Amino acid sequence: MEGFSAIYIFMLAAFTGYEVIARVPVILHTPLMSGSNFVHGVVLVGAMVALGNADPNDPLQLAIGFVAVVLGAANAAGGYVVTERMLAMFKRDDRKEAAK
Amino acid sequence: MMAKWLIDISYFVVAVLFILGLKAMASPVSARKGILWAGAGMVLATVVTFLTPGMQNFAYIIVALALGGGVAWWSGKIVKMTDMPQMVAIYNGMGGGAAAAIAALEFSRGHVTGPVVTTLATLGALIGAVSFSGSCIAWAKLQGVMQKAHRLPAQNMVNLVLAVVTIGFGVVIVVGGHPSPMHIIAFFVLALVLGAVLTLPIGGADMPVVISLFNAFTGLAVGFEGYVLGNPALIIAGIVVGAAGTLLTQLMAKAMNRPLTNILFQPITGEAQAGGAIAGSMKEVSGLDAAAMMRYAQKVIVVPGYGMAVAGAQHKVWEMAQLLEKEGVEVKFAIHPVAGRMPGHMNVLLAEAGVPYDKIFDLEEINAEFPLADVALVIGANDVVNPVARTDKSSPIYGMPILDADKAQNVIVIKRGKGAGYSGIENALFYEDNCRMLYGSAQQAIADVITNVKSMAS
Repeated sequence: MEGFSAIYIFMLAAFTGYEVIARVPVILHTPLMSGSNFVHGVVLVGAMVALGNADPNDPLQLAIGFVAVVLGAANAAGGYVVTERMLAMFKRDDRKEAAK
Repeated sequence: MMAKWLIDISYFVVAVLFILGLKAMASPVSARKGILWAGAGMVLATVVTFLTPGMQNFAYIIVALALGGGVAWWSGKIVKMTDMPQMVAIYNGMGGGAAAAIAALEFSRGHVTGPVVTTLATLGALIGAVSFSGSCIAWAKLQGVMQKAHRLPAQNMVNLVLAVVTIGFGVVIVVGGHPSPMHIIAFFVLALVLGAVLTLPIGGADMPVVISLFNAFTGLAVGFEGYVLGNPALIIAGIVVGAAGTLLTQLMAKAMNRPLTNILFQPITGEAQAGGAIAGSMKEVSGLDAAAMMRYAQKVIVVPGYGMAVAGAQHKVWEMAQLLEKEGVEVKFAIHPVAGRMPGHMNVLLAEAGVPYDKIFDLEEINAEFPLADVALVIGANDVVNPVARTDKSSPIYGMPILDADKAQNVIVIKRGKGAGYSGIENALFYEDNCRMLYGSAQQAIADVITNVKSMAS
């Protein structure tokens, strides 16, 4: 990727992240932290690419890549389950919030 | 060519799904849809990545995916709601570790070239490794594996020196161009030690804010490694989370009235407390008297704390509240922003017990009502109702917004023993004239009250 356009992407993504959760009620702080924890689990994709490009004859590279994919997969899967379980508690809340 | 095009389009869709998902998660109405969208994005991203041209080692990838994903899925399913914060911490640490491992692999492949790529790879590795070891310590503390806050002599100096040395190694890697393997290993070891040493002295009460900070760290690390790999999905998701996580950390620190710098460099400890001893004595009350006070009250405000949650008493408390309501007593629940272990944690725990949302009130909503309440029932909460936060400038929690439980006509405090709270600070509320202590575990005490209320049924 071209160096300078990447800086624009960094900048715009940072503003997006800031705006997206600028007005969040306190009750959602924990679920939202958990949810954003899940989203950076996309590191899994990077780990897959890295392991996929590792030299098959170099055990060190394979080992590091393997660890990266295990950790990334755990971040994504664990992050999803935990967030989903927390948000499942908010079922009853729908009507009250809609009325506000 | 076709595969490349499909991957590009898919990553674009993934980025949109992540952003919309996070946006939806910021409102209670749409929060559940949000995680579904983000989840769909994750599945799409993972599947199309298999099509990346030139990929090898598929067997390893699939085994690693199944292993990491499987164990985490299972552990996330069985974890109790009270233990959620440390689970978030450990999954987050793993993400940081993954980002650091990606950097290590790219370094050992010799694929990190050019000043911009090297800088970002090194920076991502540093942040990711700090987040990994720091989150592991945070997990150990909240899980109770590690009980005490360990504070080194001249802790801040040690932190500073360690940070400077680590960054120095990083700069040499960036400027030197072709670092030796030993050099890179030393860099990673230093970064891991730095994360651990930074987190060790921080007390459990401040841990949520630190976990949130590490969450933002991991996001940044992922974004930087995404640049190294030329992967836009990683860049966008990582940086968005980095920014969102930073804001969330600030919001949490604000709710506790603890500036982030204090949390990191001046942890609350019991010994830090100045100020004189508190005059007066604690007055005990029996389960029978407590039941009578609430049964014949007009209005009872329940202030639940983490002590109630660990005792698993939330279901009993709700049962008691329903009984009282049947007798015509108005019952409300007052939640401090940092009740539980994280902001919002207590709401989740009460919701799990079946308490409807319209009975749960925030600090701003309920504080004016305490003087009108006949009884404030404090269960396993301590620092969040300590009036010294309003009055005693020398107290470490001075200025923290508290629930004005002391202004109720009567206060009943359910507490295991006479010890101080999580932060080790004496609670002036317990010595007030209108305060009565009901000793025992939350489970037993509430069960006792329930039996007595039933015997007084009209």
